[in-house]
Parts: sequence; C-alpha cells; structure tokens
Amino acid sequence: MNFDFSDDQKYLKEQARKFLSEQSSMAVVRTILNDDTKSHDAKLWQAIADMGWLGAAIPEAYGGLGLGELELCVLAEEMGRSLAPVPWASTVYFFAEALKIAGSEAQKQALLPGVADGSVIGCVAASEGPGEPRAAHLTTRFDGSSVSGTKLPVADGDCATHALVLVRDETCGGAASLVIVDLRGAGVSAKSVKTFDPTRSHASITFDKAPAHVLGEAGDGEALLSRIYDRAAVLVSFEQIGGSQACLEMATDYAKGRYAFSRQIGSFQAIKHKLADMYVALEIARSNAYYGAWALSTDAPELPLAAAAARIAGCEAYYLASKENIQTHGGMGFTWEVDCHLYYRRAKLLALQAGAPALWKEKLVRRLELRNAA
Amino acid sequence: MDFNDTPEEAAFRQRAQAFLAAHAEPKSAQKESLQKRLSDKEYMLAAKAYQKAKAENGFAGITWPKEQGGQGLAPIFSVIFGQEEGKYDAPAGPFTIGLGMCVPTVIAFATDAQKARHVGPALRGEEIWCQLFSEPSAGSDVAGLKTRAVRDGDDWVINGQKVWTSGAHYSDWGIVLVRTNPDKAKHKGLSMFFIDMKSPGIEVRPIHQMSGGSNFNEVYFTDVRVPHAQMLGGEGNGWSVALVTLMNERLAVGGSPGPDYKEIFDWARTMPGMEGGSLAEDAAFRQKVADWYVRAEGYKLAKFRTMTALSKGQTPGPESSIGKIITANQLQDITHNAMEAMDHFGIITDAAHAPAEGVFQQSHMWAAGLRIAGGTDEILKNIIAERILGLPGDVRVDKDVAFKDLPSGR
Ligand SMILES: Cc1cc2nc3c(=O)[nH]c(=O)nc-3n(C[C@H](O)[C@H](O)[C@H](O)COP(=O)(O)OP(=O)(O)OC[C@H]3O[C@@H](n4cnc5c(N)ncnc54)[C@H](O)[C@@H]3O)c2cc1C
Repeated sequence: MNFDFSDDQKYLKEQARKFLSEQSSMAVVRTILNDDTKSHDAKLWQAIADMGWLGAAIPEAYGGLGLGELELCVLAEEMGRSLAPVPWASTVYFFAEALKIAGSEAQKQALLPGVADGSVIGCVAASEGPGEPRAAHLTTRFDGSSVSGTKLPVADGDCATHALVLVRDETCGGAASLVIVDLRGAGVSAKSVKTFDPTRSHASITFDKAPAHVLGEAGDGEALLSRIYDRAAVLVSFEQIGGSQACLEMATDYAKGRYAFSRQIGSFQAIKHKLADMYVALEIARSNAYYGAWALSTDAPELPLAAAAARIAGCEAYYLASKENIQTHGGMGFTWEVDCHLYYRRAKLLALQAGAPALWKEKLVRRLELRNAA
Repeated sequence: MDFNDTPEEAAFRQRAQAFLAAHAEPKSAQKESLQKRLSDKEYMLAAKAYQKAKAENGFAGITWPKEQGGQGLAPIFSVIFGQEEGKYDAPAGPFTIGLGMCVPTVIAFATDAQKARHVGPALRGEEIWCQLFSEPSAGSDVAGLKTRAVRDGDDWVINGQKVWTSGAHYSDWGIVLVRTNPDKAKHKGLSMFFIDMKSPGIEVRPIHQMSGGSNFNEVYFTDVRVPHAQMLGGEGNGWSVALVTLMNERLAVGGSPGPDYKEIFDWARTMPGMEGGSLAEDAAFRQKVADWYVRAEGYKLAKFRTMTALSKGQTPGPESSIGKIITANQLQDITHNAMEAMDHFGIITDAAHAPAEGVFQQSHMWAAGLRIAGGTDEILKNIIAERILGLPGDVRVDKDVAFKDLPSGR
C-alpha cells in the first residue's frame, strides 16, 4: 500500500507554502478584509497564474501544465492555509473542473487557456435564496439562447468574467440546465453583497436576456452540478484541512507561550484535550480528504461517497479548529487584530459554498445505500 | 412546588408589564434592533432616559436596600422584571456591568457618605460604571495583575494597563483592582479602588473586536491619582472585594443573549427544508430543536431553583456557573445551525438580504466572545469541578511565592 502523496507532490507543496507565505501574507489577506471595494488581490492572482497553478490540472493542449488532480489537492491545502484572497476556488475547483468534465471541445478551447493564464475568472451562480437550489424552484430562466433572473449569493461574482448558471430550461420542459454566461457581455449586472467572510467577495447577479450557451446536456443541470460539486468538495476539503492545520498550529503555539496561574496554559488538561480534539478531527478529515483525492484523480466509482465523507469531515474539523482556536486565545482571540477570526469566517464560507453539511450527510447515506445494494 | 406568582408577585409583574409597554418596544424578528437603528450617541441617550424611567417607576435597584434608593424587594422580583424586560428591546445594556457588579460592590464596602453620593446617580442612569480588572497578562488569572498603586500622602498613584474593559469609553466611574504590594503573595497584595474615569492620566483606547464593533477598551493609567478614601475594603483586601464583584457577575450574566430554540424554530417555518416542506418539518432539525429546548428550559428551571434558594435567604452557590456555559455554547450552536440551514445564502450578512436581518450571523460572532467574557468555559468548568464536586485543585505554583518572583509568559 502507498496511501500518500509522491515526493514531487510534496515538493510542490513545500514550494507553494513558501510562495504563499510571502505573496499571501496575513497583511495581504487583511487588505482585502478591510477594503469593501476590493474583490480580490489582483497582484496575487497574477502571481499565481505566472506560477502555472491556475492551469495545474488543465491539459497542456489547453494551455495548462497537464499535471493531475493530486497536484491540485496539494495546492488547495496551501491555499486554504494561507486564506489567499483570490477567486481560486470558484475558478479552478468549480469552473475549470466543470469544463473539463462536461465542456464541448469548442468551450474548452475558448475558456481553459484563459483560466490557465489568469484572464478568465469563473464562478458558479446557483443559489437564489435560502436553502439548496432546486430545479423545481428556480426562477432564473433560459430560453435556448439567453438567461434572465437573479442569482444570490454568487461567490466571486463581482470579479468573475464567466459564470456557470443553474437555470430553469424552457427548451426542455423546465428541467434544470447549466449554462455559461460571459459576464462582461450584455444583460448582466453584478452588485457586491456583504458576507460573513469579507476576504472572499460575493455578489448578487441579475441577468436580463444575457446570451448563454449550455454546458453538457440540456436538462441535465442538476446531475451535472452534483458531479461538479463532488469534485469540488474534495478540493475544498483540502482547503479545509489547510485551514484547520493553521488553526491548530496557532493554538498550540499560543498555548505554549501564554501563562495563567504562572503556568503555560498548555499545561492545563482543559487546553491539552481541546487541542487533542482538534488534532483528532483534523486527522480524520485529512484521511478522508486523501481518499477523496485518490478517487478524484483516478475517476474511481468511489468518488461520490469519498467526496461526501471528505466534505463532512472537512467542515467539521475546520469549524471545531477555528472556534476553539479563538477560545484558546481567550480575550485576544476575540479581537480584530489577532487572526483567529479570519479562520472562523473562512471555515463558515467553505462549509456553505458547495452545499451545507446537512445536504452532504443525506447524500452520503444515500450513496452508502447504493453501494450496499450493489 | 408551585410556579404561580404569589398575589404580590403577580401584581408586581403586571406593573412591570405596564411600565415596559409604555417605555420600550417589544422585540421583533422583523425589526432592526434599537441599537442598530440609532447612532451610538442616540442610543446612549435612549438608554439613560430608560434607566431614569425605571428609577422613577420603582424598577431600578429592585433588590437594593431602601436607604440606598433601592426597592428593598426579594430577588424574585428582580427575576420577574428580568423575565418581562427580556421580551422587549430595552436599552439596558450600558448599565448591566455597573448596576449588576460595580455599584453592589460600592454598596458593600463604601462609606455612607460615598454611597449617598454615588448610588443615586447610578440608579437614575446619570452615571455609568465600568469594571477594570482584566489585564493583558491577567484574565482568567486576574489575581496575577500588575497595575501598581503606590501610596503618596493621602493619595495613591496608579500606573499600568487594563484591558477588555467593557464600556470604559462612556463610563463616568470604574472599580479598579490594583497591586499595592508586590512583595506579598499574589492574592494578598491587591487592593480595590473606585475611580473617576475622567481623572488625569487615564487614557481609553477602543479595541476593535472580531465582530467588527468596539464595545471594549484598553485603559492606560499614567500617574493617575486616586484618594486613599476611595479604597474599598481596606489595603490588601482587594481579592475578597473582587470576589464579591465576581459573585454578582455570575448572577448578572447568563440570560438569553440572542436567538434561542424558540427563535430558530419560529424562523424555521419560513425556511425551505431538505424534505420538500419547511425546515421546521425536517426530522433532523426537529431533533436538534428538542435538544436546544431541553437545555434552555433546564437552565431556566435551574435558575428557578436558585431563586427558591435565594428567597429562603440562602446565597446562590457556584452552581450558577453553569449558566454561561449553557447559554454561550447554545448560542454558538444554534446560530451555526441556522447559517448551515440557509446553505450558501447563510454567508450573507447584508441586512437587506439576510434572513432575520442577519441576527444569526451577528450572534454567531458574538457567541465566540461570550464563551470568554466573564470567565471562560474552562474556568467555569474548573469551578464546578473544584467547588461543587470537591475535586482537588490544580497543582498551584503561585500561591505562597512573592508576586514579583512568579514566572509569566506573553
Ligand atoms: C466580550 C468580552 C467582554 C469583556 N469585558 C470585560 C470587562 O468589562 N472587564 C474586565 O475586567 N474584563 C472583561 N473581559 C475580559 C475577560 O474576563 C477575559 O478575557 C477572560 O477572563 C479570559 O482571560 P484572558 O483573555 O486573559 O485569557 P487567558 O486567561 O489567557 O486564557 C486563555 C485560555 O486559557 C484557558 N485557561 C486559563 N486558565 C486556565 C485553567 N486554570 N485551566 C484551564 N484552562 C485555563 C482559558 O480558558 C482560555 O481558553 C471581557 C472579555 C470579552 C471577550
């Protein structure tokens, strides 16, 4: 058995950590946090493009590096750890992966090279209100050539150039389709909305007869989105373990240096056990994430179940780590200046984007039943 | 056992209801809170007017002695008023610490003349008090504080820094715990003063908290003079005086600090669920509501038992410590679940779009602070383990050593 990343992949990870600790320092993250008018750090975005990361898992024929999903997982962990304020997840995990699995040759030719060089920023516009977006309730419509309706919230919707929009498709009896819209074209207006995690921007996008073309098969939108989410869930789970790891290190470090009652607070079992709980949750999440990475990179039939497990464990580990990191820091943890809250915010965002855990738990059990029946 | 109000209590409750209906707005999920609608200045004026009205109508200092301007009533009446006030968006926040913790300490230890000067204005909302205990290196271990007071004639001269002082920026007076003798063991070298927050040498700097606002402050003392006469409880007795304050804190905090099982369940009827109906119909969600109900009710009923003990003249024991462990963690859990139930939409905090005006998102931030303020979860559990269950305390290295010789970290 060899259930680990290769030396090359580990080297890539080391390089990524070094690069991000310089280019996406907390000062960089905070610039975006503190500035409502900035959607992302454009300089960092370009630097990441120049490193080739945006096209890491895009075939060379479309301008990418032609590495695999495992390399993407390694990068995702470091991006999650650094809280990089760029539309990376939307573009790479959702948009590019969707094109890879469902795009026509023409769509791939037109968009993937732009993703790889940083000029195309992608996003997913599915939500229209509270709760899981469902075909039966969609009000955004597609008439065969254009889209009308409002999507809210759209992660990175205010800086994206292209959106994957979940629509009610009137050309196939109101079933859902996924369509691609060029957001720079006619009939699109995006407005920023405030969210729990200001380090990542969100928008409300209104389409008014915006030209659009279908991704994959018309009427297959819900199933396709589910497949896209399975892939993205694995990648997001790597961001979650990266973030959890950062919280655990921060808390451990603080517990060693902070004294109360003339002792290091880490000498109190209440704190030791808290950190040990964080560690256990993280190791469970990491192991599930690795299995998801294997399933993703080999396109294994186990992917749907593995992705659900990675997602649920990732959400749980990051929430726990981010809130108990605050708690370990006491009053300091509740201040704006200390970075604890940045992880508390990001943990929530990652848990809500791509479907909340409750949905995934239901999916997981259904998939388990399917497997058992087979 | 009998949960009905006695005739006397029922009459008081009616009076309280009438007063509140005339002076405050009922809480409403549909409406932005008073604090959010008003500017800080306007809110403070509203709060002072409200406190004045309470005093004029006999609802301030309900349990305080009559000779101090209080109502001289049993604690149950204070609880009844609290129950009724909790249904309203009443601007009582700025007075919680002062009237709940600081002024009772003054009443317990100050001279008659001092009480005559200070208690009335506090009760009428004319003067606000803050509590200056915590320091950068002394929070849970507040007796480890370093702010020094040195005797100079009839005065003491204070130098040092306090932190996390809620409301220092709008307070007129404060009670401050300082070290008057670093050669004694840590608990023995402390003294308590009350102090004019406008004294020369006091500088208040707001702390930007993670939720965005600034409710608390750093307070710097540079050669601040305070008259010896303003020492409470005598030199070297600061720790026992502080325990009186902190005992009151345990009683003051622990009400419902935000949306609870009822609010989330009402709201869930308007949210789409996973099974085709509303969220309130989802089986998994209903199980959680049941858990939240049991904890909230259990805590409420535990308070009734404390009240019963109080009305029999017993002092509430450390069991009142369970309150904040329950309420703060429940708040974090409920708001977490509410946000997750909204799916991606739950990330929105824009009041224009966010369900329930974003109260769940805001409270999710606040809950993290509540688990720390006024004694962390861990410290409260230690108190339960050691003082209720009688378990042996942690090995202490700081008990019998001169304060100046103790190790300290960052
Ligand atoms: C919103 C808010 C409002 C506040 N308002 C006021 C105020 O008005 N006046 C005031 O004086 N203070 C105030 N405080 C300060 C508050 O009382 C302290 O922050 C709190 O007591 C914790 O102290 P600390 O921040 O120094 O954390 P630390 O004591 O350094 O604690 C760090 C971590 O170590 C743990 N720990 C410490 N000792 C032990 C132990 N013996 N066993 C196990 N674990 C331990 C803690 O639980 C925590 O997780 C406020 C704090 C907040 C967040």
